[in-house]
Amino acid sequence: MLTKLKDFASTFFVTGDPLIYGADVAIVLTTIAIVFVLTYFKKWTWLWKEWLTSVDHKKIGIMYLIASLLMLFRGGVDALLMRTQLALPNIQFLQADHYNEIFTTHGTIMILFMAMPMMFALFNIVVPLQLGARDVAYPFLNALSFWLFFFGAMLFNLSFVIGGSPDAGWLSYPPLSEMSHSPGVGENFYIWGIQISGIGSLATGINFLVTILKMRAPGMKLMNMPLFSWSVLSTSVMIIFAFPILTITLALLFVDRFLGAHFFTMTAGGNPMMYVNLIWMWGHPEVYIVVIPAFGIYSEIVSTFSKKKIFGYKSMVFSMMIISVLSFFTWVHHFFTMGAGADVNTFFAISTMAIGIPTGVKIFNWLFTMFRGRIQLKQPMLWTLAFIPCFVVGGATGVMLAVAPADYQYHNSYFLIAHFHQVLIGGVVFGYLAGIYYWWPKMFGFKLDEKLGKWAFWTWNIGFYVCFMPQYALGFMGMTRRVYTYGWDMGWAPLNLVSSIGAFLMGIGFIFQVWQISYSIKYGERDTTGDPWNARTLEWSIPSPAPMYNFATVPHVSEQDAWWAEKQAREAGKRAAAAPALEPIHMPKNSGIPIIMAAFWFVAGFGFVFSWIWMAVAGLLGVAACLLARSFQYDTDYYIPVDEIKRTEASFGRGI
Amino acid sequence: MEHETTQTHAHGSVKSYVTGFALSIVLTIIPIVLVLSHALAGKPLIVTIVLLAVLQFLIQLFFFMHVREGEQPRYNVMALILGCVIVFTIVAGSMWIMSFNAAVQ
Ligand code: HEM
Ligand SMILES: [Cu+2]
Repeated sequence: MLTKLKDFASTFFVTGDPLIYGADVAIVLTTIAIVFVLTYFKKWTWLWKEWLTSVDHKKIGIMYLIASLLMLFRGGVDALLMRTQLALPNIQFLQADHYNEIFTTHGTIMILFMAMPMMFALFNIVVPLQLGARDVAYPFLNALSFWLFFFGAMLFNLSFVIGGSPDAGWLSYPPLSEMSHSPGVGENFYIWGIQISGIGSLATGINFLVTILKMRAPGMKLMNMPLFSWSVLSTSVMIIFAFPILTITLALLFVDRFLGAHFFTMTAGGNPMMYVNLIWMWGHPEVYIVVIPAFGIYSEIVSTFSKKKIFGYKSMVFSMMIISVLSFFTWVHHFFTMGAGADVNTFFAISTMAIGIPTGVKIFNWLFTMFRGRIQLKQPMLWTLAFIPCFVVGGATGVMLAVAPADYQYHNSYFLIAHFHQVLIGGVVFGYLAGIYYWWPKMFGFKLDEKLGKWAFWTWNIGFYVCFMPQYALGFMGMTRRVYTYGWDMGWAPLNLVSSIGAFLMGIGFIFQVWQISYSIKYGERDTTGDPWNARTLEWSIPSPAPMYNFATVPHVSEQDAWWAEKQAREAGKRAAAAPALEPIHMPKNSGIPIIMAAFWFVAGFGFVFSWIWMAVAGLLGVAACLLARSFQYDTDYYIPVDEIKRTEASFGRGI
Repeated sequence: MEHETTQTHAHGSVKSYVTGFALSIVLTIIPIVLVLSHALAGKPLIVTIVLLAVLQFLIQLFFFMHVREGEQPRYNVMALILGCVIVFTIVAGSMWIMSFNAAVQ
């Protein structure tokens, strides 16, 4: 009995690596600390009532933000471990199998559990406010999306200490990810972590599409809508069409692994290349899914800090919408080397290059907006300015990769690694950070410290170029991706060392940001106006942080940059700050079902990971029970009385 | 926020949902039986499965997705066209791209 238990424990828990024992200890200590603090300060009910069951889009946004920053930390630690291992030849810091696990979790976490939730954080916090709405179209579904993401991410991260991490790359290509080559549970964690959070992402796409189409303030035509909301519309369309492809592809892979089917196996009629084909049908739109909202953020920021209307609004809208369609026609550029034939490769090389055109249009629009503008170099603007040259280079190397015959040389080399980090860090991460700096006062009511922010900005930026420019050269020198060590004879040592130094600089940049946030919580400049940047769109017309009902009275919109127009009119004395009659506000009630249902998904996922059918069935029954419970819930909404609205507005110094 | 939480505008009836559900189940079971019983093989099998899939697609559109209803069928039609374009790209694209396999073997 005892030996049996011991056997079980030694395969169930990941053992043998000091790094992992360290993590075990850290996890246990953190959990104890959190439980202790919550109990000591009697915060459990507060946590449950105010956060865990909340359907308020602003709170859900903040929870997304916290989760994504934690995941950025985990993914960042993975990155630094890899760069440490590669800093010099023949280092024995990580062994090959451990290195494989780390690059797999790094990529998966950064795209699916860092970039996606950080993007959803900004969707949630900004879109309803920009549209003059009081919440998203389906607040309950929104909470469910968040919890599905959260438990999916937890399931994935659990593989670090239980069962073993996946190690077949961030896209889990078969045959490596099949039972024949990965018999452990790691790949199952990968599949179920992504599947569960993927349902949430799909629901978020639908939610925001409907919100944008249906919930705009009266008078706000689509062609008056702020560009960030347009970018969310474009991304939502891509999510709705791309994520089902991912779900099906991973489901087929799981059927292969779990039921012994042969969709992607090497034998019995399976075809691993079909998996590669399918996964990139999601994968390419996915990279645009994460970058388009960043474009939306840059558009808002450039216009606000140049004190000008955005140049070429219509072409911005058009290019974002065209990208959302075109992005479904380029996926083969990720596997030109499969050798599907000259006709196929030519078609997809050209379609890939074509997508650079709308992107280029946007760059020119931002430049023309700044041209002769009164530019203020506030933090959000700094990140935007850093983005432009970075993304131009990243796009240019992308076009180099799109030249199909040349790609036979670049493919899966460090040149490719440098390309996609340049667009993902320079485009996506810089964009989301700019957005966080920009909307931070709206979320929390204070600005983030400028001085520490500048330190963070410069270390991040210098670190970025120091880290990734050498990698282009390393690619040309023949260094392929996913190697865990190399010899002195290759001549790659100096550039790798430089690259690792850059990586650590970015790590320092992140620490500056943590410091900046903690410092600003205490000493940050408070925002009492609700409009700290003298900005242009509706979210700045209400107090900071936004009251729970957002708008005491729903605004009427008649033009682009509605808040700017309103301010101009008030200044010119044409319009007084109007005070229309207040009415009770209809709001959705909080619900515990989303978190409970997602927890059941987690149980089901865990059961499937270990092929414990009883557990999977129990989890799925729980999910079904939650669905039923929700269907019979009729008391889901309430009204905020006028008195309470008056009191809240008065507390922000706004008498009505 | 859903203003009509009390579901004033009903979408479809219980009957239409049950019919749609039953038809979908039947259309799923037929291919399974065909494959497991080896009643058909090769091209005829594939053609039958594809036809049944298309049929089920249409049934879901009408019974569950309510393509004909709603105040603004224009959105529906636009979404449907884009959806069809993308489905066509996925299927035809995959066949085109993977056909090299047949040539290689
Ligand atoms: C002008 C725009 C772009 C072009 C022409 C382009 C082109 C390419 C090509 C041809 C590849 C495949 C290279 C190979 O595997 O050998 C590639 C890989 C990649 N690109 Fe881009 N790209 C562009 C923009 C972007 C953007 C905006 C993002 C993300 C925000 C992005 C993210 C990636 C990623 C993640 C990979 C590698 C994935 C992997 O193999 O694991 N690219 N790009
Ligand atoms: Cu791509």
